[in-house]
Amino acid sequence: MAIFLNKDSKVIVQGMTGSEGQKHTKRMLTSGTNVVGGVNPRKAGTTVDFDGSQVPVFGGVKEAMEATGANVTVVFVPEKFTKSAVIEAIDAEIPLAVVITEGIAVHDSAAFWAYAEQSGGKTRIIGPNCPGLITPGESNAGIIPADITKPGRIGLVSKSGTLTYQMMYELRDIGFSTCVGIGGDPVIGTTHIDALRAFEADPETDLIVMIGEIGGDAEERAAEFIKDNVSKPVVGYVAGFTAPEGKTMGHAGAIVSGSSGTAQAKKEALEAAGVQVGKTPSETARLARGLLSS
Amino acid sequence: MDLFEYQAKDLFAKHDVPVLAGEVIDTPEAAREVTERLGGRAVVKAQVKTGGRGKAGGVKLASDPAEAVEKANQILGMDIKGHTVHKVMLAQTADIAEEYYVSFLLDRTNRTFLAMASVEGGVEIEEVAATKPEALAKIPVDAIEGVTEAKAREIVEAAKFPAELTEQVVSLLQRLWDVFVREDALLVEVNPLVKTAEGKVIALDGKVSLDANAEFRQPDHEALEDKAAANPLEAAAKAKGLNYVKLDGEVGIIGNGAGLVMSTLDVVAYAGEAHQHVKPANFLDIGGGASAEIMANGLEIILGDPDVKSVFVNVFGGITACDAVANGIVQALELLKSRGEDVSKPLVVRLDGNNAELGRKILTDAEHPLVQQVDTMDGAADRAAELAAK
Repeated sequence: MAIFLNKDSKVIVQGMTGSEGQKHTKRMLTSGTNVVGGVNPRKAGTTVDFDGSQVPVFGGVKEAMEATGANVTVVFVPEKFTKSAVIEAIDAEIPLAVVITEGIAVHDSAAFWAYAEQSGGKTRIIGPNCPGLITPGESNAGIIPADITKPGRIGLVSKSGTLTYQMMYELRDIGFSTCVGIGGDPVIGTTHIDALRAFEADPETDLIVMIGEIGGDAEERAAEFIKDNVSKPVVGYVAGFTAPEGKTMGHAGAIVSGSSGTAQAKKEALEAAGVQVGKTPSETARLARGLLSS
Repeated sequence: MDLFEYQAKDLFAKHDVPVLAGEVIDTPEAAREVTERLGGRAVVKAQVKTGGRGKAGGVKLASDPAEAVEKANQILGMDIKGHTVHKVMLAQTADIAEEYYVSFLLDRTNRTFLAMASVEGGVEIEEVAATKPEALAKIPVDAIEGVTEAKAREIVEAAKFPAELTEQVVSLLQRLWDVFVREDALLVEVNPLVKTAEGKVIALDGKVSLDANAEFRQPDHEALEDKAAANPLEAAAKAKGLNYVKLDGEVGIIGNGAGLVMSTLDVVAYAGEAHQHVKPANFLDIGGGASAEIMANGLEIILGDPDVKSVFVNVFGGITACDAVANGIVQALELLKSRGEDVSKPLVVRLDGNNAELGRKILTDAEHPLVQQVDTMDGAADRAAELAAK
């Protein structure tokens, strides 16, 4: 079960022949992901050798899907070409597109998001500028290290990559159903709410950890959603209490503008929705442990 | 990146948005010649990246070149909400009959763009939004379609612009949209958009914020950076390709990943509550590949900050292995010493994740007198705060 990704997922990699694409395709294969192909119009018809397994390269996403039955694409193409790569994935109606590439111009992400919506929402987009998602023991689409944690019953959704890893590590003895890194850009595909809804419906998830950070109002809206729609316990963490106003803190979307997007406001909104919010990642992990053992 | 008014005006002019002639100067004497060129009269406007400069006395009318020099002299060097005025723009004067407002911006909540327009311009738009929300029209703009003529008419109607101005405003909105899209802006705002006594519509003052992620296709934007105003440590970090923000505390921070570093700042600030309220001195994300060179560059910036009393290196080895990070720290300290840098501040290191045991052993074996290790993030933050408070 888990969410969005499981052992039956067939994964292709757009940009597999580039250096990042190769490095992470190898890691995905090592962690047991069923990588069935790569996409690069200039290298169509060739194969790439990953420790003895030959992965075919196709000219396009549609062609790759027809040949392999792929239902997930992981996008590593450089920022200049990411918009057209994602639009190609949407046109091919692949069910899940995981966009790892960082540094994407907002006009590009807004355009491919609008395109996805106008195309009927057949393609779920995760990212951009995200680590991807992992269903431990089943499949790993993106760059999350597979050996931090084991299969278990916690669902994790996070704007930050390294905080995702930190939380997976803190709770590694309990394990996770699925961990989803949604990215910290101003415009992203899958939101906290989308992941919360999926975890609520997933019989293999008992508790949800959600990690947010300064900027925008996604956490506040997630809090509203939790109030009315989530019966499972949710533990939260928000980063950026000490971030000064008007400064971008690493992620393009992590910025406090005037009085909006502050960590304090997000924490208060989550607590008002009954979410226990930790002061540090470790305390957040302790809260999750407490709820699971009670 | 927020632009100065004169830079916004230049971008407007580049895309044929009607503006008044104007020139920017940084010495009072230059005002004479510019004012003569502008026809003998000019508005002298402070160039600062903050609102409310009119109220602060940063905008003055000069009716002849000598007066322009006098006004420029008054305004240059003025402090407006903590911003020192280094430049003034001299602009052509206009007889203003009406003041309006238009802007395009990113609507993060709805993941699309938004047009805002009002016939109540000339004041802070937040004030209009708060006191007279019905006077501020908000129209979603599709990111693919953009502001077509039909969309521009929709905006003009929703904001109730006077009928006789419709064609002018429709045209201006489409050109302003060109600025927004072609310059990869996150915000373009015209406030006020004015109607002159002759009935012409002109963008009198503008605000533009550009998307730093679009630098790959906007080579001209680098020249718009206000390098003089940048904090010297931030400028040095940027030159080394580091993601660094200077803060006002005493504990230098290095970490990997934006979220983890933000979290590290918070944890240090909490720990500081028990140690004379020391706070984080900076944000520095060295990213995934923490090589010795990147670590050395990061440490050099942080150790060069006179406010820093201790340093907290907080790394979770995800893709990066902790042994590589540990080697990076050891080599970085040697590298800095060989560069002749003063390496005398204590470093607290916390390594977790991929190959953490090996990384810790490397640091233990190196026996560097300035390096101490603490196994947990909270514990290490506490130790770094304690050292900074000494």
